[in-house]
Amino acid sequence: MASATAPALKHTAQDGAAEAIHVENLHKKFGQLHVLKGVSLSARDGEVIAIIGGSGSGKSTLLRCINCLENPTSGIIRVNGEEIKLKADSHGHTVPADRRQIERIRSKLGMVFQNFNLWSHMTLIENVIEVPVHVLGVKRDEAIAQAEKLLARVGLAEKRDVYPAYLSGGQQQRAAIARALAINPRVMLFDEPTSALDPELVGEVLKVIGDLAREGRTMVLVTHEMKFAREVATHVVYLYNGLVEEEGPPEQIFGAPKSERLKQFIRNIG
Amino acid sequence: MAGEATVINVAARTSLWLQPHRIVLILIALALVLGAAFFMRWDWLPQYYEMGLLGIWRSLWILAVTCFLGFLLAVPLGLAQAAGPFWFSAPAKAFCTVIRGTPLLIQLWLLYYGLGSLFPQYPWIRESWMWPYLRQAWPYGVLALTLSFAGYEGEVMRGAFAGVPKGQLEAARAFGMSRWKIFRRIWLPQAIYRALPTLTGETVLQLKSTPLVATISVIDIFAVSSKVRQDTYLTYEPLLLLALIYMAITGILVFAFSRIEARIPNKIG
Repeated sequence: MASATAPALKHTAQDGAAEAIHVENLHKKFGQLHVLKGVSLSARDGEVIAIIGGSGSGKSTLLRCINCLENPTSGIIRVNGEEIKLKADSHGHTVPADRRQIERIRSKLGMVFQNFNLWSHMTLIENVIEVPVHVLGVKRDEAIAQAEKLLARVGLAEKRDVYPAYLSGGQQQRAAIARALAINPRVMLFDEPTSALDPELVGEVLKVIGDLAREGRTMVLVTHEMKFAREVATHVVYLYNGLVEEEGPPEQIFGAPKSERLKQFIRNIG
Repeated sequence: MAGEATVINVAARTSLWLQPHRIVLILIALALVLGAAFFMRWDWLPQYYEMGLLGIWRSLWILAVTCFLGFLLAVPLGLAQAAGPFWFSAPAKAFCTVIRGTPLLIQLWLLYYGLGSLFPQYPWIRESWMWPYLRQAWPYGVLALTLSFAGYEGEVMRGAFAGVPKGQLEAARAFGMSRWKIFRRIWLPQAIYRALPTLTGETVLQLKSTPLVATISVIDIFAVSSKVRQDTYLTYEPLLLLALIYMAITGILVFAFSRIEARIPNKIG
């Protein structure tokens, strides 16, 4: 397949680059429902990991476990080499043991949601400076200067004083990416960033994410956009029924899949 | 030229505003005012003028203080019910249910005649710094009205807190905000914006609950009008003026709240 993006442009992680995210034998149960059944995942600096899979395969849950938006039932999660400390609460649920630790780790992970989740009572510029000013302790005028650059970068410079409700889904998602970039994240986490968008708005958001991938941002991306995953990912993980069914470089996953289920998945999606 | 254009503009807008039905309403209102002025007795006004102003002032500060304190109480009451564990939410729910389920007059009298009559039995209370306040009537009025406002508004805030979309709070969590920061920066402002239209109505209702303090000997504007009635044996005049005063205050309140509402970003959530 002749892709628009030549593989040579693709940033590849250096051997021996530090491991930004390490997930080992992760289990997640919602009551009786066993969503993740022992998943492992690793993202070194500069890598772009694409997680693909059918609906209900656990791919969003996996991503949300990395910053403990969902608390894993068991398993090991390391971010920047620091293991998230977990404990059992009085109901027997696993929860973060150290609130400060999990808040510190979260402030290094730039999360982008399917439904944007921009704070609706703040203008775009206020959304972008919120975390730098109120969590990271950046001076307000410095944060504003940086936020203006980021909004310009995602093409929303002139929308800085507009409330999210007045923007299209594509504009909101680009602003949400600017908000995530404002914390200067070690890793960007994308949870189906284009799934809630009208088809004609998908392109503008993918372009912004693609640019980030090409400049060497470490990213973990849950997506249904197979063509996009093939272009930007350095490593693709195919989840099926809560387990990693197959993983590898995109050329192999999309070009020469081994597993029957993956073959069928690609046939159906393509 | 510019001045001329403005005059024409104003004249055009005035003529647009003066629709037939409005003209009829204005004439009816004028007739009512003139009729009241000529056929009713207002000669008592100068004598009670100062007392009336003092009464209005008292009604207004009781309204302002009880709404402010009541709202401060309503936030934790609403939060406890919306997100608190059982031992927080159950007492908060019980409080709101009792306050909303019983007449304000009974609450006021229980506090003033009940609680108020207990205090003098304890010498240490009579000797304390609080006694000069506790022997007056207004603290009981303020307390009862505050608790009442807190009870009603606590229920409103419960709905407002629960109505903030989960994604808004999840985004705040995902970026490492502490619980307190999420509450202060995201949850509370969005809940207040949601509650604001209801808050206007509750404040107007609160205004019209303030006359109850007259029953425990606080001289508010209602008590002044009652005094006029007793002194002069006039029924309609003081009551009509009283109604007009409450309507004017309500109008100002509604206008002020609509200005505040216009300033907040709409389409929240």
